[in-house]
Amino acid sequence: MAIFLTKDSKVIVQGMTGSEGQKHTRRMLASGTNVVGGVNPRKAGQKVDFDGAEIPVFGSVREAIDATGADVTVIFVPEKFTKSAVIEAVDAEIPLAVVITEGIAVHDTAAFWAYAGAQGNKTRIVGPNCPGLITPGQSNAGIIPADITKPGRIGLVSKSGTLTYQMMYELRDIGFSTCVGIGGDPVIGTTHIDALEAFEADPDTDLIVMIGEIGGDAEERAADYIKANVTKPVVGYVAGFTAPEGKTMGHAGAIVSGSSGTAQAKKEALETAGVKVGKTPSETARLARELLAG
Amino acid sequence: MDLFEYQARDLFAKHGVPVLAGEVIDTPEAARQVTAELGGRAVVKAQVKTGGRGKAGGVKLAADPDDAVEKAGQILGMDIKGHTVHKVMLAQTADIADEYYVSYLLDRANRTFLAMASVEGGMDIEEVAATKPEALARIPVDANEGVTEAKAREIVEAARFPAEITDQVVDVLQSLWTVFVKEDALLVEVNPLVKTAEGKVLALDGKVSLDANAEFRQPDHVAFEDKAAANPLEAAAKAKGLNYVKLDGQVGIIGNGAGLVMSTLDVVAYAGEKHSAVKPANFLDIGGGASADVMANGLEIILGDPDVRSVFVNVFGGITACDAVANGIVQALELLKSKGEDVTKPLVVRLDGNNAELGRKILSDANHPLVEQVDTMDGAADRAAELAAK
Repeated sequence: MAIFLTKDSKVIVQGMTGSEGQKHTRRMLASGTNVVGGVNPRKAGQKVDFDGAEIPVFGSVREAIDATGADVTVIFVPEKFTKSAVIEAVDAEIPLAVVITEGIAVHDTAAFWAYAGAQGNKTRIVGPNCPGLITPGQSNAGIIPADITKPGRIGLVSKSGTLTYQMMYELRDIGFSTCVGIGGDPVIGTTHIDALEAFEADPDTDLIVMIGEIGGDAEERAADYIKANVTKPVVGYVAGFTAPEGKTMGHAGAIVSGSSGTAQAKKEALETAGVKVGKTPSETARLARELLAG
Repeated sequence: MDLFEYQARDLFAKHGVPVLAGEVIDTPEAARQVTAELGGRAVVKAQVKTGGRGKAGGVKLAADPDDAVEKAGQILGMDIKGHTVHKVMLAQTADIADEYYVSYLLDRANRTFLAMASVEGGMDIEEVAATKPEALARIPVDANEGVTEAKAREIVEAARFPAEITDQVVDVLQSLWTVFVKEDALLVEVNPLVKTAEGKVLALDGKVSLDANAEFRQPDHVAFEDKAAANPLEAAAKAKGLNYVKLDGQVGIIGNGAGLVMSTLDVVAYAGEKHSAVKPANFLDIGGGASADVMANGLEIILGDPDVRSVFVNVFGGITACDAVANGIVQALELLKSKGEDVTKPLVVRLDGNNAELGRKILSDANHPLVEQVDTMDGAADRAAELAAK
């Protein structure tokens, strides 16, 4: 099972012929992902060799889907072209679009998000500015290293890439059903709540680890959602307790504005919802172990 | 990036939002000529990126050019909530009959844009929102549809603007939307929007915040940067393309990935509770690459911070291999030495993940007297805090 991504997923890469796209397509293939094509209108009809695997390049997402039955696209195109790449994916009604590109203008993200909504939300968007998602042992759509951990029964959803890797590493002996990096931008597609809902419904997930950070109120809303809808144990971690007010901490969305978006408020909201919140990544991992051990 | 009022005013004027004539100056004497040009009277307004300047005495009416020089002299150099006033704007005076509020902003929770409007302007809008929420209209704006005339009329109606100025406010709302979109703003706010005694609607004061991620298509926005106010270390880091924020502690931090670095700051602060309350000195995310050059640039900035007493390098090798990071550290230390900047502060390094053992071996073999390795993030944070407390 797992969520959003399985061994049956057929993945295409928008921007496969660029340097980042090539590097990560190679890594995705090496970890067993079924990459069936790339998209670049200027190189349509060509093939790219990845250590013996010949991956065809298509002129559009629509053509790639028609030729291969692709149901996932991973987007690596540069920030100024990302909006049109996502809109192309939405128009082709591909079920899952994973937007890795960082540094996208908020007006662009808001525009493609509104566009996807107007088209009936047929495409699940993950990101932007995210590491993508991995279902260990099955498929890897994005840039999360596949060799940190193995298949297991923990579901992970995180705003941060490196904290995702850190948590996968801390709990590597237990393993994960799916790890979803949702990204740290002010506007993102798939949220903590979307992932929580999917993990709650996933028979292969026994426990959920949720990583948040300063900025916005996504964690507070996730806490409300957990209280009302999630029966599985949830362990949380929030980064940014020492972040000063009004400073952007790396991620475009990671900013405390006035008294809103603080790590303390997020931690308290999660604890009120019955979530065990760790003070550090390692303590968070320990809490997960304790809950799994019963 | 938050703009000064005069910069916001310039953007308003550029896109057709009606504003009063005005000019920004940075010496009291310059006020004489400008005030004369403005018709002999002026409002002298402190340019600071914080609210409450009126209450702090940062806005004064000047009755004539000499008075303007005096008032500008009183305001320039003033401290308003920790912000020194380096510039004042002299603006034309207006007979204000009524004050309103309008803004567009990003509504993160609903992933859309939001128009807010109220006929209770001129005061702190957060106070209006808290005490009289019914007086603040909130209308979602679709990013692709924008503020059409129909949408502007919907906003005007929801906020119950007086009938006689409806058309003017509809125009202002559409022009203001142009500012919001064309300038890639995260916030545009007019407070107050006023009706003059003659019945004309004007933007009297405004706030604009711009999206740094849109720099690729907004080359003009660089000119808005307030270089004078930037922390010199932050400015130096920015010039080197580093993602750095200066904090007020003693443990320098270098890490990869924004989330991990934020987490590192927290873990160091907790560790500091046991070690003379030392705190993290900065946020520095060197990103995925972590080459020797980037590491050297990062170390140079951090070691140039006189408050720093120890440095914690916290790297989880995801895509980055730890052997490359370790080589980066070794080369960075050599690079700094060759530039005559000998490193005298201890470095605590924690490497985990991709090729961690190889990376640790490279650092052990290099055997630099000031570099110490600790295997876990918590342990390394504790050691770095301990060294900073000595």
